[in-house]
Amino acid sequence: MPFNLLVLACLAYVAFLFLVAFAVERKAEVGAQAWLRSPWIYTLSLSVYCTAWTFYGAVGYAARSGLEFVTIYLGPTLVFVGWWAVLRKLVRIAKAQRVTSIADLISSRYGKSGLLGVVVTVICVTAATPYIALQLQSMTLSFAVFASETPEGWHLPDRNTTAIWVAAGLALFTIVFGTRNLDANEQHTGVVTAIAVEAVVKLVALLAVGIFVVWFVADGPVDVVERIAQSPIAQWELKTDRWIGLTFLSAVAILTLPRMFQVLVVENADERHLNTASWAFPLYLFGMSLFVVPIAVVGLSIMPEGANPDLFVLTVPLAMGHNGLAMLAFLGGFSAATSMVIVAAIALATMVSNHIVMPLWLTFGVRKGAEPGDLRRVVLMARRASIGGVMALGYLYYAFSGGSTALAAIGLIAFVGVAQILPAMVGALFWRGATRLGALSGLVTGFLLWLYTLYLPSLGEGAVLSASLMSEGPFGIGWLRPHALFGVTGLDPLIHALFWSILLNGLIFSLVSLVTFPSPIERLQGAQFVNVFDHSGPARGWQGGKAEPEDLLLMAQRILGEDVALTFFHAEAGAQGKDGYLPDITPEFLDRLERRLSGSVGAATAHAMLAQITGGTAVSVEDLMAVANETAQIMEYSAQLEAKSDELARTARQLREANEKLTQLSVQKDAFLSQISHELRTPMTSIRAFSEILMDGDMPSEMRGRYASIIHDEAIRLTRLLDDLLDLSVLEAGTVQLSVKDGNLHTMIGRALQAAGSTRPERSFTILRDTLSEHLVVSTDTDRLTQVFINIVSNARKYCDAADPMLRITVRQRKGRIEVDFVDNGSGIPKPSQALIFEKFARLTDSNRAGGAGLGLAICREIMQNLGGDITYVPGRGGAAFRVSFPRVLVLPTQEDAAE
Amino acid sequence: MTGLRSALFVERRAYRQRRLVDAARMLPVLGFLLIVLPLLWAPESGQERNLALDTIYVFGVWAALIVFARLLSPRLGPETASTGRPED
Repeated sequence: MPFNLLVLACLAYVAFLFLVAFAVERKAEVGAQAWLRSPWIYTLSLSVYCTAWTFYGAVGYAARSGLEFVTIYLGPTLVFVGWWAVLRKLVRIAKAQRVTSIADLISSRYGKSGLLGVVVTVICVTAATPYIALQLQSMTLSFAVFASETPEGWHLPDRNTTAIWVAAGLALFTIVFGTRNLDANEQHTGVVTAIAVEAVVKLVALLAVGIFVVWFVADGPVDVVERIAQSPIAQWELKTDRWIGLTFLSAVAILTLPRMFQVLVVENADERHLNTASWAFPLYLFGMSLFVVPIAVVGLSIMPEGANPDLFVLTVPLAMGHNGLAMLAFLGGFSAATSMVIVAAIALATMVSNHIVMPLWLTFGVRKGAEPGDLRRVVLMARRASIGGVMALGYLYYAFSGGSTALAAIGLIAFVGVAQILPAMVGALFWRGATRLGALSGLVTGFLLWLYTLYLPSLGEGAVLSASLMSEGPFGIGWLRPHALFGVTGLDPLIHALFWSILLNGLIFSLVSLVTFPSPIERLQGAQFVNVFDHSGPARGWQGGKAEPEDLLLMAQRILGEDVALTFFHAEAGAQGKDGYLPDITPEFLDRLERRLSGSVGAATAHAMLAQITGGTAVSVEDLMAVANETAQIMEYSAQLEAKSDELARTARQLREANEKLTQLSVQKDAFLSQISHELRTPMTSIRAFSEILMDGDMPSEMRGRYASIIHDEAIRLTRLLDDLLDLSVLEAGTVQLSVKDGNLHTMIGRALQAAGSTRPERSFTILRDTLSEHLVVSTDTDRLTQVFINIVSNARKYCDAADPMLRITVRQRKGRIEVDFVDNGSGIPKPSQALIFEKFARLTDSNRAGGAGLGLAICREIMQNLGGDITYVPGRGGAAFRVSFPRVLVLPTQEDAAE
Repeated sequence: MTGLRSALFVERRAYRQRRLVDAARMLPVLGFLLIVLPLLWAPESGQERNLALDTIYVFGVWAALIVFARLLSPRLGPETASTGRPED
């Protein structure tokens, strides 16, 4: 097969994957996510577990060790079948805590420790390098298969060059694929769907090769069983340690591999998808493994001696002349390798950028007041660089290890490496007493043991560890030999490493946890993790809450940039059928906003910021600490807002009161005008009528005299009324000119009694006075004050209905003020009317005959207020009682005071 | 149906749900036991292992696990252990 065709096929396939990812993300933008986020896509995406190692290596594994290869798939099967116990909790916790990677999970559980995040990241990256190397090796081998088959004789110059090209190609592919979006969100709908497509391709390819082998090379299942019995691997050795150890190891790896954590936990859109995956993913693994033994057996029988069994999936169809099938198989292997590399690189890049690069960037090298957009570019660049770095490490491992080791062995080294996370993870999920220091020391112990007993030896003797160290131990200490720690020699090296690293890891983790004391955040997080089902519902969404859309928009603008945030809000508002930029605060909207923000600032921060604004879900202590500065700012701001709104409320209240007063005044004015008109009209009418009669002329003179006197009386009454009105208006306007002078109160009262005597002079009033106390010198407008007294006394004379009327006048002096009480012995004023008597035109009875227009008391009150005093009605004194109070010395406001 | 009787009905459902959860928890343990069982078929006195038989056995156990998981999974909603629907 020509090389160009091969490369073309690869490129076409990659282009197709791009198209899928692109179309899916377009659809996701429109919102048609239903089928994209189905449990089937989720299950298929989990197939990143089946890498090129599975695709090519499983057959080679079977050809070497018989049925042992199934342990790698039985472990995950057990974990998924028992999903209720562990996976469900893991996914729930990750959702509740917005975990973005396995490093995030561990660091978040143990008090959000940055150091733990770094350690887990380092472990994951180190462990991933053999795995990446494995993909490079399988790709290189599969290219080489086609190269040697070509008659024209194009051949790959050497395997390292191929590996470099493959590594570079994969790095580019992943960078373009995984960090294509500027919004570096943790969930990658498009990528996940492309992975699902690749899952189908590799399953179909392997099944096709299997069916071809069973029904076209062999003669059906019965023949295959016979061939198995006769094959050299029929007498395979079932090693107890490896059988149990590898089942355990693969069960652990499905939980702790960064790429599995990515698809299993981080990309999980709905907890219920686990329900389907619990049986569908084991079924997928079952399908991938079903034809492994037949292919190995048939391959061994038909391929020449010494053929690499790792490549039977490719070479058997080629040897039988089925180039098309071989091409399908090649694409299957290509899918397996690319999907693994993409997801692993994305997961690792997220971890590296979130736990190593970003903390460094934030500690050093940050310009003050950098644009939020800068931060996003940094994240993206960090992820791209991480992807390149991870691929480079993988290539270096490949070059160092010599690329000769069997695929399965390399994969298992990686498994043991990530398995070191298990004790910390189990502690995170199930043991509240696990502490940060315990996790840290356990992880470091396990990691170092793994390096010493497995990873460094795997690079080849002499690469890092010398041959003598391997055989005799460091400094000749035999019980420290990497493959025989503490003199344990009976175990397979891999199981040996697994045994000691996990055992000591777990032991030290537990012991240190027992003796150390966790910080408050650790304990809080521990409770939230272990009791996740008590603390949160299945979909712990937002409650709508108290957030204002303006606040959210403000925050989103600062993180996403103005245009992006406005577009997002506008679209959200549009989706709700609203105009403008402010959608209603629904839980769905908040969920989408948070997801959007988490793409820029990380899930935890985005969540904390939203929670703070909405006052919704519980915020952990660390969340609060992380946003403490911002909290302080926002609190200050909100305090200012509160003060402002209080002030506004006060002003509004004042305005409302002023408005009420104005309305009342307007009503009063109307009433006043109609009263005035009425009051003016009555005398006018009689004046007009009598003057018309007079105009007739022909009448007796005494009658004319009487009419003329009526007209005169009415005119006087009119004049008086107008005088009163004028007086009142001057008093009310406060522009009255007061002439303050000293006077004796006794004299004033006497004058008032004298003047009032003209009112109903026919009544004889008994006046009771306390002459002694009346002799007070007051400094006020004596004329005005006398006018008030006259008015009160006249009223008493007019209205006191007692048969033997009596008026008592008492004078008291209190704190520089003088109180003069006028109490008669009449029936007084009924209570409901007491509030009205000082109003204009308030007359209690229709006593027109009394000649008052009802302005008297109103004028009195105005006068008293102008004199700095008051006139009040005092109830319960046995009759009508008025109290006039005023300062003994009236100090008129000076010119300056008035100007103020 | 009276409230009391429907409550009893729910209680019974919840009971069955809990036992289903128990079964789901036991399934991997059972699976592990069945998977390590071939270790006990120690080939006696020089007799070699039978790869074909082992293969059929292991894949049989595997398929059985998948079938049981398939049967259990629809009955194990995310919240079935804590809440029972009163209707249906």
